[in-house]
Amino acid sequence: MSDPLLPDPTAPLTPSGNLRRRQAVSRITEGAATAAAVVALAALVLVLWTVVSRGAGVISFDFIFKGYPEGVGPMLLGTIVIALLATAIAMPIGVLVALYVTEYSGAKGARTLKLILDLLNGLPSIILGLFAFVFIVEAQEKQTGFAGSVALAIIELPLIARGSQEVLQLVPINLREASDALGVARWRTVLSVILPSALGGIVTSTILAVARAAGETAPLILATSAFDPKKFSVNPFEALPNIPTWIYKVSEEGNPNGYAEAWGMSLVLVFIILVTSLGARALLARSKRKLSS
Amino acid sequence: MSASASAARAPGRGAQVSDLRKRADAFGDRGMFGICLLAALLAGGTIFLVGFQIVHGAVPAIDKFGFSFVYDTTWQPNFGRFGAGVLLFGTAVTSAFALLLGGPIAIAIGLFLTLLAPKSIGAVIGPLVELLAAIPSVILGFWGLVVLAPYLQEHVEPFLADKLGFVPIFGDPQTTGLSVFTASLILTIMVIPIIASISRDLFRSVPPELQDGAAVLGSTRWEVVRGIVLPTTSSGVIAACILGLGRALGEAIAVSQVIGAGSEIKANLFAPGSTLAAQIALQFPGALTELHKAALFYCGVILLAIGLAANLLAGWIGRRFSYGGAVNW
Repeated sequence: MSDPLLPDPTAPLTPSGNLRRRQAVSRITEGAATAAAVVALAALVLVLWTVVSRGAGVISFDFIFKGYPEGVGPMLLGTIVIALLATAIAMPIGVLVALYVTEYSGAKGARTLKLILDLLNGLPSIILGLFAFVFIVEAQEKQTGFAGSVALAIIELPLIARGSQEVLQLVPINLREASDALGVARWRTVLSVILPSALGGIVTSTILAVARAAGETAPLILATSAFDPKKFSVNPFEALPNIPTWIYKVSEEGNPNGYAEAWGMSLVLVFIILVTSLGARALLARSKRKLSS
Repeated sequence: MSASASAARAPGRGAQVSDLRKRADAFGDRGMFGICLLAALLAGGTIFLVGFQIVHGAVPAIDKFGFSFVYDTTWQPNFGRFGAGVLLFGTAVTSAFALLLGGPIAIAIGLFLTLLAPKSIGAVIGPLVELLAAIPSVILGFWGLVVLAPYLQEHVEPFLADKLGFVPIFGDPQTTGLSVFTASLILTIMVIPIIASISRDLFRSVPPELQDGAAVLGSTRWEVVRGIVLPTTSSGVIAACILGLGRALGEAIAVSQVIGAGSEIKANLFAPGSTLAAQIALQFPGALTELHKAALFYCGVILLAIGLAANLLAGWIGRRFSYGGAVNW
């Protein structure tokens, strides 16, 4: 036996004792973090795979463009109308709020508005459904697509305002200063310099907000759920057919006969939402890069 | 514009034009400020209007039941008796479950994306995790109803009841698979992308010098995380978890699809239950009496109060204790 106090020059260069334990702990936690990412991806893949595999069978030209019971055209059209109307309400207000924050409010006002937008963003969507119900449906004594649009507009507003604000802040200060140096009034600068250079980002943030609102169900079951699934309609002052409440109804009734249709509608909805939000994300990243370079 | 044209202009005329323009600019500037301010006030007013309308709708129930509504556990629409105790319990259990399971997974994903994943892989996985948040809740709930619930009922719940049955929360499985357990798992899927994307941004904001310093001193990767990354971002991570909790508390649709509409407080996670938000979605469209509607509005008031409190708390923690990275989502 050699002297235990002297290092053994022939021993292999592998950690032992405490270091070995520490490295093992590190490796285990690295593995756990990777596993967590795999779990989340697995959930995404499982849900999407189910939607695609069960929905693809019923998708056809008739399914998308014809009225119930051959197809779900009215629901698709109604969903689009409700979402577009919501955006028509939310987009101007959202962009103006963002302009107020970047152009006019001081730091204090900006903080207050950020808080308000955060609170709006945190409102549970069912609460907005209740709001649309007492504020519009009960006042008019009938369900309308408009009531649903107002609720969705409140969901979109903070998203559009926040997104636009981020893009507006990226507009190069030189542009603004050049405009000021030419003696251009502030409002002309805003309309002819700042908004045009931020337009791409504003539009894509809006599309992201629409993608988020298009799948919202909770406000719509209170605002526009008693509709005629056979009738194509673009009139927002009557109950408009829409995809989310139909899927919800099918799942509440628990009648497996309607499931195939519901999967088909889920596929249509998921397809629209994923394509628009992925496309908008790519565009947004591009316009932000363009502004900041 | 040619030189002769401007020279031919009467001296007074040029001044007039610029005077007009000045006036238009003064008007335009004020108008621009005015509409921007109006939009900001409208956004602020919306919060108050929503709050007012919800409380207003709940007035009959508030008059009748007072504060005892919050802890009373009877919910019998046919007899006009309402209490939110069972719903509050269900809300607390499902949200807590979702946060306890989803929070660590989401934080681990944030760590994976910032510290472990090669850039190219992280650039793919990051957006994919966020896509999870883009799936509409009604579709997630439908998937839970048709695919997840039967699977849990056949395979997972009997296994857990068998092996861990001595713990009361793993009781006998029900026949449908619609249970508090299923609802909690669906909520877990919904909170993961929220917490993961915020914590990833937080972890990115940790100064690399600190991490490199720790690594140079011989820390393993885990020790860098444990000693540097988590302590500098802990307040932001807690704020992110509270935001996730707020999302879980308020989710109505997906929960109402898979929770099975139970009306009793049970320790058994495999029994059906209900939550504040789910109860509104389930019963409001079919509510017949004014009192029933008012009681559901009262649930909305409680939900609104908890939701606003969670948001304010998250914002306060994020500001008060944040190191570098602000909480954004």
